[in-house]
Amino acid sequence: MYAQMVDTGQKKVRSLEEMPPEERAFQQRIDADVKVEPKEWMPEGYRKTLIRQISQHAHSEIVGMLPEGNWITRAPSLQRKAILMAKVQDEAGHGLYLYAAAETLGVSRDELIAELHAGKAKYSSIFNYPTLSWADIGAIGWLVDGAAIMNQIPLCRCSFGPYSRAMIRVCKEESFHQRQGFDIMMKLCAGTAEQKAMAQDALDRWWWPSLMMFGPPDAESVHSAQSARWRIKILSNDELRQRFIDQTVPQSEFLGLRVPDPALAWNEGRGHYDFGPIDWEEFHNVIKGNGPCNRDRLRTRVKAWDDGAWVREAALAYAEKRAARNGERAA
Amino acid sequence: MNRSEWPLWEIFIRSQHGLAHKHVGSLHAPDAEMAIKNARDVYTRRNEGVSIWVVRSADITATAPGDKAPLFEPANSKVYRHPTFFPMPDEVKHL
Repeated sequence: MYAQMVDTGQKKVRSLEEMPPEERAFQQRIDADVKVEPKEWMPEGYRKTLIRQISQHAHSEIVGMLPEGNWITRAPSLQRKAILMAKVQDEAGHGLYLYAAAETLGVSRDELIAELHAGKAKYSSIFNYPTLSWADIGAIGWLVDGAAIMNQIPLCRCSFGPYSRAMIRVCKEESFHQRQGFDIMMKLCAGTAEQKAMAQDALDRWWWPSLMMFGPPDAESVHSAQSARWRIKILSNDELRQRFIDQTVPQSEFLGLRVPDPALAWNEGRGHYDFGPIDWEEFHNVIKGNGPCNRDRLRTRVKAWDDGAWVREAALAYAEKRAARNGERAA
Repeated sequence: MNRSEWPLWEIFIRSQHGLAHKHVGSLHAPDAEMAIKNARDVYTRRNEGVSIWVVRSADITATAPGDKAPLFEPANSKVYRHPTFFPMPDEVKHL
């Protein structure tokens, strides 16, 4: 989701009998819902997959600050500005919790950042779309954070202790994000005709990319089975996507907005909404680096890192100098 | 690890109504003063704490998960450390 299409490096899911004894004991603990903690033995595939998944999630939070940060200077009121800043601060915090969780698996922060900046690490496709109006801030809080919550709540139960604890903390903070977005949408939809049209336009542009956040259909998700076996993926892409649609359509009806899907219809027999085909070509193209904002997002991140190098170095030099002067141990 | 990377610190917060500092996570900072400032920004945005402890991760010694069984074995056979091991007659009060 925020971590889409995470490569597990495994060709097939093995049965308990096929596993060597150490791995079998590990799998049995996972099956018994016992949490795995950092210094414990774990299969190399589990460790690598988690590093990939958690770091992708972390990168998504940090890059995700950019589309919303774009509107801080143009929020319609001081209160909206302060609230948006608080949300963006939270995203930074979420990224930090997740980097900290990834580091417990034996990888350094700098390594992870270098992979993002070199274009080797992925982040969620959704953040490669531009924020064109204030209504986009409402749509993002409502739909993008809504989709994130859909994925993150089950992850609170995942098998890796630090990741599950980070998710619990994130979920507590995330629901203000979604409410903030819906609050903006309600205000716009109850406003002038232009404001409501702006809200509809935002929904028109953010609906399908939000559905793509859940990743490709289950039938095409080759790595999902292993991730599910390791309990680092709790619900399938299609299941999460269906739940999100079922819960969001009534919200759009309350707003008096139209979901941009002519095939959207309640299916009484299924007890779910039927919906139209998703343009997976667009999704894969964005993941490959050809979305509207990919290059801009990466350039902004690299510049921030490079421009801040002197601050990091100065802080360290100052700390070392002061420690030496006090006869203390340096960093 | 890159020599210029800020060291890792573990963060402990005591909440308003709690008695003990709880481990909430980690962060990077060049020194203790920045670690406290960063901990305030990262881990107490919602009034989660009245007190912050920061400890260099390198200074924490922890038990190895694999040693759990032998390390804690002595307590397993000493059930008499619990008061319930000693049933008391009903008519005796204040015991």
